[in-house]
Amino acid sequence: MSNLSRRKLIATGLAATAGVSGLGAAASFAQKHGLIPPDDRGLYGLGETLTYASHRLLTKHSLAREFPRSMISNPPLANEMPPLKDAFKRLQAGGFADWRLSVEGMVARPASFSLPELKSYPSRSQITQLACEEGWSYIAEWIGVPLSHVLETVGIHPQARYVVYSSIDSDWWDSIDMADALHPQTFLAYGLNGGELPVGNGGPLRMRVPRQLGYKSVKFITRLTVTDNLKGFGKGLGSAAPEGGYAWYAGI
Amino acid sequence: MGDSAFVTSSVSAVPATTVTLRHSGLVRVTHWITALCFLALLVSGFEIVVSHPRFYWGETGNVLTQPLFKLPIPASRSLVPTGYGYVLPDQNGWSRYLHFQAAWIVVLTGLLYAIFGLLTGHFRKNLAPAKDDRSLEAVSVAIAKHLRFERPSRAEAWSYNLLQRITYLMVIFVLFPLVIWTGLAMSPAFVSAVPATVTILGGQQSARTIHFFVSLALLLFLLVHVVMICVAGFGSRMRAMITGHAGTHAGTHAGTPMEGP
Repeated sequence: MSNLSRRKLIATGLAATAGVSGLGAAASFAQKHGLIPPDDRGLYGLGETLTYASHRLLTKHSLAREFPRSMISNPPLANEMPPLKDAFKRLQAGGFADWRLSVEGMVARPASFSLPELKSYPSRSQITQLACEEGWSYIAEWIGVPLSHVLETVGIHPQARYVVYSSIDSDWWDSIDMADALHPQTFLAYGLNGGELPVGNGGPLRMRVPRQLGYKSVKFITRLTVTDNLKGFGKGLGSAAPEGGYAWYAGI
Repeated sequence: MGDSAFVTSSVSAVPATTVTLRHSGLVRVTHWITALCFLALLVSGFEIVVSHPRFYWGETGNVLTQPLFKLPIPASRSLVPTGYGYVLPDQNGWSRYLHFQAAWIVVLTGLLYAIFGLLTGHFRKNLAPAKDDRSLEAVSVAIAKHLRFERPSRAEAWSYNLLQRITYLMVIFVLFPLVIWTGLAMSPAFVSAVPATVTILGGQQSARTIHFFVSLALLLFLLVHVVMICVAGFGSRMRAMITGHAGTHAGTHAGTPMEGP
């Protein structure tokens, strides 16, 4: 009996030690390989970290599902959105001729692009699904320039880890890691279903991240900031979404 | 479990802690973690549904498309035409955080339980129906007995009857895997790596609809489970699942429990 409990005690001790050092090793492995999301603190940090880490290991290079043209939802849904600000309306009145996308931060050649400049780059299209966290979804053809092409043009520093992107409405900003930023389906989209991208769907320029939920595909993009640390942006949680109570990583 | 080795020694010398337990420690711990997570998943899942209480079949669905059916409740987003003149407060943020955190904990707990169940023979001994019971006739007899509200025999405090076994096996090996599968099928990142998860189900909206119905089935199970526990004796069944000891108020604290079938 006492022998057994001693044996049990030793076994439990060994298991606990292995468990703790295993957790420690997992934590340092996760830190080293960028498997920790910026909103890893607080009550729900555990679930968020497990989701983000497992998806990064599983889906780093996987492609979002693409659909045949016959499956395009007609008409595409324009979600409800806050009223457009005056700055946007002025640019809209001018046919978006003065719309600029600035790229700054950890880049060799900070730059500002007009829409015609972006459209002069190799154009790509994808027929993918936009799924909203509310539960609805639609399929559309998104036309644009891969974000990776723009990042190549400006030359990102090797230590870059995130791309922060902001809407013309400064309340609305988000960020993605380099796995998503350099992903071939991550677009700066300016076209939809063969035409211009309508304002209701985020025109003239929308970030399109098809492996994540719709709220990561921020509308009306005017600025990209390449960085190695998200602490300096907003509350340091990686996007406006966690500040509003939503997860930074939305690949679910 | 391993404790049964002590039964061979004289009964009076056996301390109370070595008496065979109705439910092993691992079953009890995983049961309560699962119960807690399931409640969190139910509440948060309901809050998520409230933001779009419409269901579709196939790949896509939104307010511009015909729903399969609508829940007759107001929504937490103004995009959805519900017929109600008001919009509920939006609880989607924390609900989603909680939903996925609880999902992770319940999946990991379930994995631990499944490995334990296979290694210790828990599934074979406690949940698989006995050889004689593996017939349609046995099942219909059990159902008839159940419908006549026949008092369970004393042995049933120590073992599950046929209907319980079938129900628990369905919940553990059909409903839980299905709810996890359909949940994963709604993840745009996961299905980018494993597209079959969603294509087999006929699309992302089909997955969402099935997820909803499986959750309803699990909720139904929970309600019946709780009602049956009250019928069978709330105190004794709760004590058995918390302390491991089945209530044996009549008679001595040891002895009788060993006579389970």
